[in-house]
Amino acid sequence: MKIKSTIIVPLVLVFAGLLCWSCNKDLDDRTHEFPALHPANLDLNAGTWKPVLLTAPDEFTIPAPIATNAPAYVAELNEIKAYQRDLTEEQKASIKFWSAGAVLRWNEILRELVARHNLPPYQKEDDTYPAPSAANPFAYPQFPFSNPPYAGRAYAYVSAATYDALVSAWHFKQLYNRQAPYANDSSVQALLPRTNLPSYPSEDAVVAATTIEMLKLLFPTELAFIQKKADEHMLARIMSGANVRSEIEAGQSLGRQVASRFAGRARTDGAGQAGGNSTVWKALEEATIAKGEVCWVSLETPKRPPMLPLFGKVKPFLFDSLTVIGLRPPPPPSTSSDKFQEETKEVKYYSENPTRERIAIVHFWADGAGTYSPPGHWDAIAAEEFVKENYSEVRWARNFALLNMSLMDAGIVCWDAKYFYFNPRPSQTDPNIKTLTGVPNFPAYTSGHSTFSAAAATILTHLLPDRGNKFDDMATEASMSRLYGAIHYRSDCDAGLVCGKSVGQFAVNRAMTDGAE
Amino acid sequence: MPAAFFCLASQSLYSQTDADAIMLKKNVLCVGGMYTNDSWTNYWEGTFKRDNENLGKVTTQMFGLMGNYGITNKLNVLFSVPYVTTKATEGTLKGFNGIQDLSLMAKYQVMQTKFGSKDQFSVYAVGRVSFPVTDYVVDYLPLSIGLGSKTAGIRALADYQYDKYFVTASAAYTYRSNTDIDRTAYYTTEMHYTNEVEMYDVASFNIRAGYRTKYWIAEAVVDNMNTLGGFDIRKNDMPFPSNNMDATKVGANFKHTMKSLKGLEITGGIMYVVAGRNVGQSTIINAGVFYLMNLSSKSKSRTNQQQQ
Repeated sequence: MKIKSTIIVPLVLVFAGLLCWSCNKDLDDRTHEFPALHPANLDLNAGTWKPVLLTAPDEFTIPAPIATNAPAYVAELNEIKAYQRDLTEEQKASIKFWSAGAVLRWNEILRELVARHNLPPYQKEDDTYPAPSAANPFAYPQFPFSNPPYAGRAYAYVSAATYDALVSAWHFKQLYNRQAPYANDSSVQALLPRTNLPSYPSEDAVVAATTIEMLKLLFPTELAFIQKKADEHMLARIMSGANVRSEIEAGQSLGRQVASRFAGRARTDGAGQAGGNSTVWKALEEATIAKGEVCWVSLETPKRPPMLPLFGKVKPFLFDSLTVIGLRPPPPPSTSSDKFQEETKEVKYYSENPTRERIAIVHFWADGAGTYSPPGHWDAIAAEEFVKENYSEVRWARNFALLNMSLMDAGIVCWDAKYFYFNPRPSQTDPNIKTLTGVPNFPAYTSGHSTFSAAAATILTHLLPDRGNKFDDMATEASMSRLYGAIHYRSDCDAGLVCGKSVGQFAVNRAMTDGAE
Repeated sequence: MPAAFFCLASQSLYSQTDADAIMLKKNVLCVGGMYTNDSWTNYWEGTFKRDNENLGKVTTQMFGLMGNYGITNKLNVLFSVPYVTTKATEGTLKGFNGIQDLSLMAKYQVMQTKFGSKDQFSVYAVGRVSFPVTDYVVDYLPLSIGLGSKTAGIRALADYQYDKYFVTASAAYTYRSNTDIDRTAYYTTEMHYTNEVEMYDVASFNIRAGYRTKYWIAEAVVDNMNTLGGFDIRKNDMPFPSNNMDATKVGANFKHTMKSLKGLEITGGIMYVVAGRNVGQSTIINAGVFYLMNLSSKSKSRTNQQQQ
């Protein structure tokens, strides 16, 4: 038949071509191809850097390593050799994955946990909301609900504890000066870039163990998941020839001890009470009404209690609680003022006139439910910059600690302002204002995104001055995204940026005196 | 395949032509418009069925422009492009609107056998590609207007007609390209650091049966679509383009060709989602008006329709 040959053949060819074009669905994940860490500067003096909580780098101790000619050490070398005789592709991939750096990879794992747990609870039959319980973490809703303040605090504790533990580890590395397995036995291959950094205790083990110890508190339902990751990580270190098992064990011991200091602080920092109760919620409303202002009301149905109203009372890392009050921004425009009406109109303009570009900005920065949250977004931004710097693990940890302490404290200062002023969202003021992203369930003033972002940008600009205005520009965009999305007034954004910058400056001051610069 | 599975409307827009056994004769051109209204109050987060007072009723309306041309009696080419608008009755989220995906289809009658004077059996192959024609927002379900994938699909279709009654069965497979979103990191069941989202292919089955004459078609339809991968919406999370969206719909359609106004056709139909996963439990109503023009001198414009 004539039709068949003239029509069907080209048709089949076209479809076959289309199928091939659409077949390759592998994603290019930016984090998969991070290079192996190979620091130019080993920061060998990091044992003298100023820790966050430790009083001295040897506050916690580890036993001296055994001699490299002892039979037990030789046996440990044999374990490495046994693995290296026939590594599977999977094992090689694991070595490559973890080679990008322990602080980086464990920060990524933490971001994943935050995203997994960043879901507001579903209401009960009676239209009230259940609260996650640390005492019963597996019951719905699982503990925690890692909302932005919770997430900021989690990143801060893990980062600060990791930093202190690595300062301590660097002290012992200097003290014992044990060389890597491949330096002690030429038949052990170095499957990672060779380094002169002493290998006892294993810095990777310090990072993994510190993180696990902190996550027992912060993400108690995830222990099986993270223990599996840690086992892979430690095995990768041994297989790569970078550490013998006793170096791993010493690192784990040190990490656990240091983390216990931070866990003790976390248990008493006030975060456990930050959710408040109905008496607290009622008092917030009454205080606002007494001032003659319109008070915040949840825009969710059924009405959800405000998110962590007492988070402003949590103990910060970079300053004391009195400073939190001192950093509190001046009041927002009164809800009865012309200025307030003007700003509401501006929000409405952005609601009604979205451009494709502005929507992209709103969604890029939204970091709402099911994401690693705004603090996690800044960790992700920082990580991709830090990768280019080829930092030592201890400098990675130090910089993440500075960043995440800023983010946590920014959350504290911002939440203090939100609940001190307790003012309404634009869509409460004018129900005709439709939003381009979900309205967060807490008061408007000041903008959390703005506060987090300015704090992060300030410390990142200090750490990476050659980036110029890059981080400040990003912070401004993150801040404006909340106005474009029609969920914040301009005053919320502006005041948040100012306040966040002040918080970030505390981290800069610390950075300039911690011995690392 | 149509785009937004969370709003199932786009699928029904094409179902009248993609999965039926009607062919235009050579040189006949059919153009028209179709309106589709898809709305739901309940939806499935994975297998958990719920409503959401922060969305209320979610409605997706599509205004589709369609065309169909008979290159030969056995080969038709079709196109369609919809303008889509979404809204939710409750909560604060803003509805979106815009022009969605252009679909191009080719339908070929592979064989036709007559067993007697009254019954015949025919087999068709339908190929389709679609692609977004605007840079619309994808990652804003359930109020985004589409999923942003480029697709390529094939459908095999068999039709049996006895006198005025028919049954048509078909199966389709649709490849979907990955889609891009405005975020550069997102969580599915793990973190991904890219703005690209892996979209799984879709298999679908369609059975329709009813009454078919030159002037009237009335049919009952069962349609099942199954996304071959993806993840469930977690409790109280937002939907995502790569959710595992499945739906089984039942419904009825009719088509009437006017005797008085030669060349004018009207169509209508209603479908209802009886089972689903990560989709809204939609009620989908559609109505269309089409005009047939015979660009050659011959008068008969359709095949497979018994002469009265």
